[in-house]
Amino acid sequence: MHTVVLTKGVPDFREGKVSFDEDGHLERGNTPTTMNPNDEHALRAALQTRVRHGGRVDVMSMGPPGYTSVLREAMESVYADDLFLISDKQFAAADTWATAITLATAIQHLGEPSLIFAGFKTADGETGHTGPQTCWCLDMPLITHVVALDVDEEAERVRAKRLVEGDVSEIETVEAPLPAFVVADPEFEPSYRTARHRLERKRLRAEARERAETAEEEVTFWDHAELNLDPDYVGLDGSPTIVESVDPIPKAPSEREATVVDPGDPEAMGEVVDELAPFAGGD
Amino acid sequence: MSDTRNADTDGGTDATTGTDAERFEAVVVGAGPGGAAAAAVLADNGVETLVLERGVEAGSKNVSGGLIYAGKSAAYTADDLFPGFREEATERPVTRNYMDNVAGDEVHTIDLKRVHEHDTAWVDSVLRRRMDSWLAERVHERTAEAGGGLLTDVRVNGLLWEDGEAVGVTCDKLDPIRADVVIAADGVNSELARAAGLMDWEEPDEWFQGVKAVVDVEPDVIADRFDVAEDEGVARLFGGDLFDGVRGGGFLYTNRDSLSIGTVFHLDSLAEERAEPHELLDGLLTHPHLGQWLPDEYSEREYSAKLVPDSKKVAHGSPHRDRMLLVGDAAGQMQAQGPIIKGMNHAVNAGGLAAEAYVEAKSRNAPHSAGELYASKLREEGVMDELRPTRYEVTRRLSESDAVTNVLDSVARSSVGRFGLRATGGLAARLFNSPFVLGMIPDTRTSYVTVPTVLAEELGERATGANDADPPTLEERIGELTYDTDVGNPHIELVDESFEASGVAVTACPVSAEGFGGGCYREETVRVNGGEERVVSLDTQPCVECGTCAVVADTEWTHPRGGKGVAFDEG
Repeated sequence: MHTVVLTKGVPDFREGKVSFDEDGHLERGNTPTTMNPNDEHALRAALQTRVRHGGRVDVMSMGPPGYTSVLREAMESVYADDLFLISDKQFAAADTWATAITLATAIQHLGEPSLIFAGFKTADGETGHTGPQTCWCLDMPLITHVVALDVDEEAERVRAKRLVEGDVSEIETVEAPLPAFVVADPEFEPSYRTARHRLERKRLRAEARERAETAEEEVTFWDHAELNLDPDYVGLDGSPTIVESVDPIPKAPSEREATVVDPGDPEAMGEVVDELAPFAGGD
Repeated sequence: MSDTRNADTDGGTDATTGTDAERFEAVVVGAGPGGAAAAAVLADNGVETLVLERGVEAGSKNVSGGLIYAGKSAAYTADDLFPGFREEATERPVTRNYMDNVAGDEVHTIDLKRVHEHDTAWVDSVLRRRMDSWLAERVHERTAEAGGGLLTDVRVNGLLWEDGEAVGVTCDKLDPIRADVVIAADGVNSELARAAGLMDWEEPDEWFQGVKAVVDVEPDVIADRFDVAEDEGVARLFGGDLFDGVRGGGFLYTNRDSLSIGTVFHLDSLAEERAEPHELLDGLLTHPHLGQWLPDEYSEREYSAKLVPDSKKVAHGSPHRDRMLLVGDAAGQMQAQGPIIKGMNHAVNAGGLAAEAYVEAKSRNAPHSAGELYASKLREEGVMDELRPTRYEVTRRLSESDAVTNVLDSVARSSVGRFGLRATGGLAARLFNSPFVLGMIPDTRTSYVTVPTVLAEELGERATGANDADPPTLEERIGELTYDTDVGNPHIELVDESFEASGVAVTACPVSAEGFGGGCYREETVRVNGGEERVVSLDTQPCVECGTCAVVADTEWTHPRGGKGVAFDEG
């Protein structure tokens, strides 16, 4: 079973990590990159598939050379085999459509994977388009909002439980022939109910720990020439989306003026009491 | 092997039929020294073996006083089974062993060299987290080669039954597992031994309870205070009037860069005296005699506790049922040889013998006879006679009565007795060093308290050193422990909350105390129908899973799920 997981590097939005310029624009250069949190669910779904059915998991990302650290994260968390970074200045500023064309071409370049996993929207763009658009380019069945899945290798089918309308109160079971494209929902829960599966996961972890040490050196880079892509159809030039303007995030209202009062100063404390007295009376 | 590929459903399978159960040739439950030894011998014989350990890491659920012995005559020892064991997994070789008899500030020391070295190839101090996790790595490598492996974080919660026969195990969060042989090395509160009806140790007099503090000490301070080199260590045992008349004693062992200091008492005596284990430990830690060994700045790494079976009363002569064999604490294999306690060596030996028995039984095409073969190996190898000496059975009938104890105590304390002990001080030392005598010492106040006290009063010297140790309060000790549960809050059920039925749990529980509300148990007075009633209530978090409350109170509790509950960093 050959599976591919798509992952993206996003600015690390955790407190204290994000850097904005004076106009409120994100300073990407000063903000560290981390793996899109929603991709972790896709990675876990891929790992579960590999543990149960064997084969390999490759992880692919599109972005600048610095994204190798994101790929390394993927190797450490789900013990991925080969790491691919689609990286070329020609791909810069791509919208979801141009990204989907690029990723679909790269996946075809890999051969014929049985399952492709993507996460549910990215933490920066939040469109949720790239996965389904890539799937459309590949002309595969698409299952979104997947919370559990199993593969019937003999019948070459994947069976999944998915949220209907993204609602946890309604779950349906669907089937699709392989190869198929799966978008994992944040509610995805991997299940390892046999000892052999757990042993296999432990074996993969031990193996990957060693590989992860040199993961960033082992990443395979592909540019537009390698993928035989016309620069007119990728990157900014191939992106039909036009951004009209970006609204800066409004700043939090400035703090009210405060006066420091020494609790040991009876006069100052008296003034505080006078200020508060009307409220105590219910006025 | 059954096809498990599509069995990975959330619902699991019916544990009572085992139709979809996974299968391994051998399942070992528990990755302590007994389980590790069994798994290593099985794997080395090509048996596909799965080892299941409840802790988040092997050793995280385990506590020991801290000495592992290797018997000269034992069939299996840890270093034979695991090359590099002593260099990498243990703390220090213990080359000296003393018994300090204490009466007030008077101390009379006896060298236990002879009994310490009797039938002993070596003795090392150990801390269980480090030792067990080291063993687990080796066990995983070896069992993986034979087609199995070791999994942590998995709680085996019972036996898989088929037509009235135990044919495997059931687990939390895992489908049932069938096996040709199950080695249950799941410790002193073995759920499997109970499920199979092999464990019925309900009385407090069948147990000891130990509490321990691991005290931080730099290696050069240990070298200086104990006059030992890097590859030497010391064991000291303490008896006498230090412990308010509770039957038992204390110990101090040197580790690489810490000291294990603790106490072990008969649980029935702790309960009768309503003694607080942590206060008795503090009594030892702050005694002037200990000042000479403690560092200038007293700092505890960990406070822990454990129940210890008294093998003389509960070691199972035939510890098996169907295809399950018990080893180690689960089989009551913990020997109290006078003041010296040996458990891990018996667990290793029994684990090896259980595995050997299965391999032999299988080669005779009769795997079902493994249990019988194991029991006969325990007898033939002399393990049973060490655990349950026949001479003890004779002496206990004569001596373990209050009337006889009172007479013996009076004699020992009388001027005649004192004269005798003075005149035969050397004889006392010889008796303490005789494995034969220690094997029949009655479990009475006389041997634990009276004789050591009188020896110290008559022959002792005053401890002159100062002891500035300021041990943490119970509250501080509990605060340092990790306890994480998802089995309910509280995780223990008090079947009878009346003070008469469960009051002892307040004091005997190592993390509760009278007048302390932050522990597991507390005493409360409640108004009922105009009157007042003393009841026992439960607080929620602190618990060291020692099982004391299950013995001394009317309580029901189960082990937390895999990876949950208490996690010891030292052990």
